[in-house]
Amino acid sequence: MLDNLTRRFTDIVGGLRGKKITESNVQETVKEIRRALLEADVALPVVKQFVQRVKEEALGTEVIEGVDAGQHFIKIVKDSLTDLMGPEDPEIEWRKKGPTIILMAGLQGSGKTTTCGKLARYLRDRKNRRPLLVAADLQRPAAIEQLKVLGRTLDIPVFHEPGLSPPEVCERAVKEAAGKGCDTVILDTAGRLHIDAELMGELKQVARRTEPDEIFLVVDAMTGQDAVNSAREFNEALELSGVVLTKLDGDARGGSALSVKSITGKPIKFIGVGEKLDKLEPFHPERMAGRILGMGDVTSLVELAQDKLDQEKQAEMQQKMLEARFDLDDFLQQLGQLKKLGSVKDLLGKLPGLGAQMGDMDIGDDDMKSIECIIQSMTTEERRRPEILNTSRRKRIARGSGRTVDEVSDLLKQFKQMQQVMQQLKQFQQGGMFGKLKGLGAMRKQLKGQSAHEIIEGMGGASATATLPSGGPALPGQNRPAAPGNSLFGALAGQPPAAKATGKARPSKDAIRKKRKQERSRKKKNRRG
Amino acid sequence: MALGKLFGRGKKEDGPSPEGGAEDGQEPGRKGGAFAALRRGLSKTREKLAAIVPIGRKLDEELLEEIEAVLIQADFGPITAMELCDQLRDAYKGKEFSSEEATPFLKERLVEKLGQDTSLRFAESGTSVFVVAGVNGVGKTTSIAKIAKQFREEGRTVVLAAADTFRAAAVDQLGIWSERLEVEMVRGREGGDPASVVFDAVEKAQELEADVLIIDTAGRLHTEKGLMDQLSKIGRVIEKKIPGAPHEVLQVLDATTGQNAVTQAQAFHAAMPVTGLVLTKLDGTARGGVIFPILDQVGLPVKYIGVGEGIDDLQRFEPERFVDALFD
Repeated sequence: MLDNLTRRFTDIVGGLRGKKITESNVQETVKEIRRALLEADVALPVVKQFVQRVKEEALGTEVIEGVDAGQHFIKIVKDSLTDLMGPEDPEIEWRKKGPTIILMAGLQGSGKTTTCGKLARYLRDRKNRRPLLVAADLQRPAAIEQLKVLGRTLDIPVFHEPGLSPPEVCERAVKEAAGKGCDTVILDTAGRLHIDAELMGELKQVARRTEPDEIFLVVDAMTGQDAVNSAREFNEALELSGVVLTKLDGDARGGSALSVKSITGKPIKFIGVGEKLDKLEPFHPERMAGRILGMGDVTSLVELAQDKLDQEKQAEMQQKMLEARFDLDDFLQQLGQLKKLGSVKDLLGKLPGLGAQMGDMDIGDDDMKSIECIIQSMTTEERRRPEILNTSRRKRIARGSGRTVDEVSDLLKQFKQMQQVMQQLKQFQQGGMFGKLKGLGAMRKQLKGQSAHEIIEGMGGASATATLPSGGPALPGQNRPAAPGNSLFGALAGQPPAAKATGKARPSKDAIRKKRKQERSRKKKNRRG
Repeated sequence: MALGKLFGRGKKEDGPSPEGGAEDGQEPGRKGGAFAALRRGLSKTREKLAAIVPIGRKLDEELLEEIEAVLIQADFGPITAMELCDQLRDAYKGKEFSSEEATPFLKERLVEKLGQDTSLRFAESGTSVFVVAGVNGVGKTTSIAKIAKQFREEGRTVVLAAADTFRAAAVDQLGIWSERLEVEMVRGREGGDPASVVFDAVEKAQELEADVLIIDTAGRLHTEKGLMDQLSKIGRVIEKKIPGAPHEVLQVLDATTGQNAVTQAQAFHAAMPVTGLVLTKLDGTARGGVIFPILDQVGLPVKYIGVGEGIDDLQRFEPERFVDALFD
């Protein structure tokens, strides 16, 4: 999506370096943005407003010499998105005297009960609070049981009182909190469909009786256009103070974040990124903007790498790569480092432009295992100088690693391609293109205050060699075909996939669109005939 | 029986009463009938379509854009919405256009799209196995209870399997239903292997000579490869015990879900070939338009729709009725 947007805009205004962007040359791109946002489930009225804003902002600005026009435009889009979803605000209004009360509301199935558990844990572990969970969902069978199990797992007390109505349960819990040594009360209310006036009334009553300090609306990130309706109704019925967005561990683009923020004006406080109880994080508008645009989460990836990778080794590797003396032994080590970051799939999903295509790629961790086996069956000499691997050596390695000779040969072929890429990088570097290569620490600092296109540039250049030998294939604005790296090597080496590495190449989005268009016109013809 | 009830009750709801949902309180659908509940749920789309297609309006770009907007807001997604509008544009190009033609035209297109076989497949003899799957929080367990109740009323014997061993208290939730409905349930330990629960359940169902075994699986995000593989494994276990089973794999889909539902359907279909969708929570303001892009891109028919929280508010899907409720 993002690559499409960028390319499209580059096509249109590519010739305008140093000139101003006008109404006529943004029209097409604006349409693409509209579609991209709708595909990401941003609500239509919000999309309309947003597109208007972006257009106004873009009009009259100059495409600076030396900056790719598409990236210039994407920067405007991403900045606006970030702006609208921000500011970052994960703070909670603590009551000075008596327990702080947090009311959790939301539609059925949005993940309220789980979020209550996560929030309780977060507040206890990070904010040093002593939370009390209150089971006030008397609607869903076993909801109380679910909260009780969560409480047991977390070792956090759960209040419930059979025979009382939800407002009564909440009121009593608040009264008894202090006596139980708790300073924070989290009320888990029944899920409701917002047109349900009775349950909505019950919620209002809970709010009236307990006077909560915070009222959080829990919203499922996968929600479609309806997100605005429910958010509006909840906001009208209750004075919301914040939003928690759940189920962001899926691949939903989460356009509802923008919708809900625009409609309620209330900050998004936290996001849920997994079913496990530690998977609650403060909300970062900039990362969310990237996600909505399908840009991948480069910042998180860099943070992760910073956290887990051995910096010295990385610097050494980087040097080796740049000097094109990276051998199979280095590669093996690199794989080991890579594994520390989590599964290959998770990792690649964070790279810009690759996220959406991950479904089809499925570079299994099995593939990595297989590569490891093969390399480990080689002698030191062979690892250092793969070119000495003749047929008989290959046969021996295949036997030793339990793979076929073809697999061994494929690996070597791909490694060779990778070396060629490094050779090219070396030439690039000598040409001064990599002047700003500064290693990871500097990278991260750079990223923080960076604009979209700089990050993308960074990914294509610096980080590709700094974090792992990766990056290239589907990066926007690189003027390369946006084919997903189908082979592990392809993806790692920034090389278009080797023909039949793991099979099934996927037609590009443009090709799909072209095909659809052809089909449509064919149908049209048929109908007329 | 269900049909007669629908027709009978549906009549009462001649005048659109969008706010009528409120008075029904806890059990929407009870008073107005399931079709009425569906109509109420879809009333916003309906009103809008009615409002923008007044008689005598010219089919110009402005009107088409408005129609497209309504479709998009019903979660049809930009591509499907654009396609429908393109078709409308092509069909009426250069002709005098009146609103009486636009609505039937769109309806016809939509019914055509939906017009797949929505019947359920049962085993020719012995136990039929139904697997119910979906992402978290879409209403799987409640839907199972509703389906089980219908089967019981039709005189079939039912066994339930609680193969959700992950979520706290999920097994208890199905357990409560099985007690209320007085049907047999096979449960596993929390944290146990779901496939082994399924294995036991199939044996139990066969031993009891049950007509239908309905398996409740844990909610899983379609991006969780491990959990999706587990689903495939459940499929293999069933197939091994009863060749040709599972007879139905129903994916439950929350009607409020946006375009991500398409990816969801693709992923579930890949893990265990889905035979139909159950579209839940249609009694809210959500319209469930995402079933159209799913049909376009994955080709899965809808088999049930859920229009309320009451135990009787799950009905078999009928394309005409659904589309009528969208428009009339």
